[in-house]
Amino acid sequence: MSKQEKIHQYLLLLGDNSMILGHRLSELCGHGPSLETDIALTNISLDLFGQVRNYFQYAAKLSDEEKTEDDLAFLRYSHEYKNTLLVEQPNTDFAYIIGRQFLFDAHHLPLLQQLTDSQDAQIAAIAQKSIKEVRYHFRFSSEWVKRLGDGTAESHRRMQQAINDLWAYKEELFQATALELEMQEWGIGANLDILKAKYHDRVLPVLEEARLQVPDTQFFHFGGKKGIHSEHFGYILSDLQYMQRAYPNMAW
Amino acid sequence: MKKKQSTIQALLQEVSDPEIPVLSIMDMGVVRAIEANQEDVLVKITPTYSGCPAMDTIAMEIKYKLDQAGYKTKVELVLSPAWTTDWITESGRKALEEYGIAAPLEASRDKLALMGQDKMVKCTNCGSTNTKMLSQFGSTACKALFQCKDCLEPFDYFKCLK
Repeated sequence: MSKQEKIHQYLLLLGDNSMILGHRLSELCGHGPSLETDIALTNISLDLFGQVRNYFQYAAKLSDEEKTEDDLAFLRYSHEYKNTLLVEQPNTDFAYIIGRQFLFDAHHLPLLQQLTDSQDAQIAAIAQKSIKEVRYHFRFSSEWVKRLGDGTAESHRRMQQAINDLWAYKEELFQATALELEMQEWGIGANLDILKAKYHDRVLPVLEEARLQVPDTQFFHFGGKKGIHSEHFGYILSDLQYMQRAYPNMAW
Repeated sequence: MKKKQSTIQALLQEVSDPEIPVLSIMDMGVVRAIEANQEDVLVKITPTYSGCPAMDTIAMEIKYKLDQAGYKTKVELVLSPAWTTDWITESGRKALEEYGIAAPLEASRDKLALMGQDKMVKCTNCGSTNTKMLSQFGSTACKALFQCKDCLEPFDYFKCLK
């Protein structure tokens, strides 16, 4: 694989997390628990999709084949998507939605921080743009973790449940694939060890303020980054790709 | 060449963000560079937010406007340096306020305002600062939703982006 092809693959890895999480949040359009949270979650979705477009437009440019950003978004098969399992978890309830967002944002923010110094000028530019938006996301999700955790007995129970269940997916965020290690070596990609070492500094104070217990999970799920997804993913794709599969090459 | 620049600038002054029609793209700081030679013009624009759905419309509008004036126009999207609310001009801020959108505060105060810790955002209807934030995310990606506790009117606040 040429260097250019590897950067193309790395962009897909970065973009897929944002795209699948953005899709999950878009499912809430018109279904949020209140008007304000509905608007907030879909705004976050829009930010993520904007970032995905930046990654995929660049990836399309680097591709040897004649591919567009839409091809990359809509016409890949399940095993070709490299998002982590965390972001494809379903919108079980509002606590899950917030928990998933919080665990992802706490990783996304410092990831972008590192990428702002990427040797690849376009990746650095995308990160510099995105990080301003993701600061708002992290603020939103951590405020809600605190509000639900330190809220009523019921909201506390649900928030704790969500954190307990989703905790098993956080380790995959820091599991470096061969591609990521190579990108890190070239100074293009992020150093996931550094992200992992500092992750708890960001997460634990919020959990503590929210009066939530840190789960003592010993088992962690992996697979998404290698294209091995959970059962949920097939349903996501059938929804996401429906138009392009039913009406090939249709455009707005 | 100078004259040409100012002619183009004047034309672009008439192009606005479809979501905030009172604000020209020049006042919003979206136009980053105008490169003109002979009849070719290259306009570089940058998005306010990554997901801003208005960018395509703005790019089309620019091309239409300048093509009409006899230029061969190309519009290019640039991401770096990333847009900041500091680039909104003084007349742009005024236009926002008159339209009913509170202009962004400086970064440190913006954070306090969005955390609901301080009353600093001025109601665009009655001018009172006795306001509260209803939602950190508003009708578009760049705005938060506020309400005045005196006149009870809800209004948009343009979030600070640094």
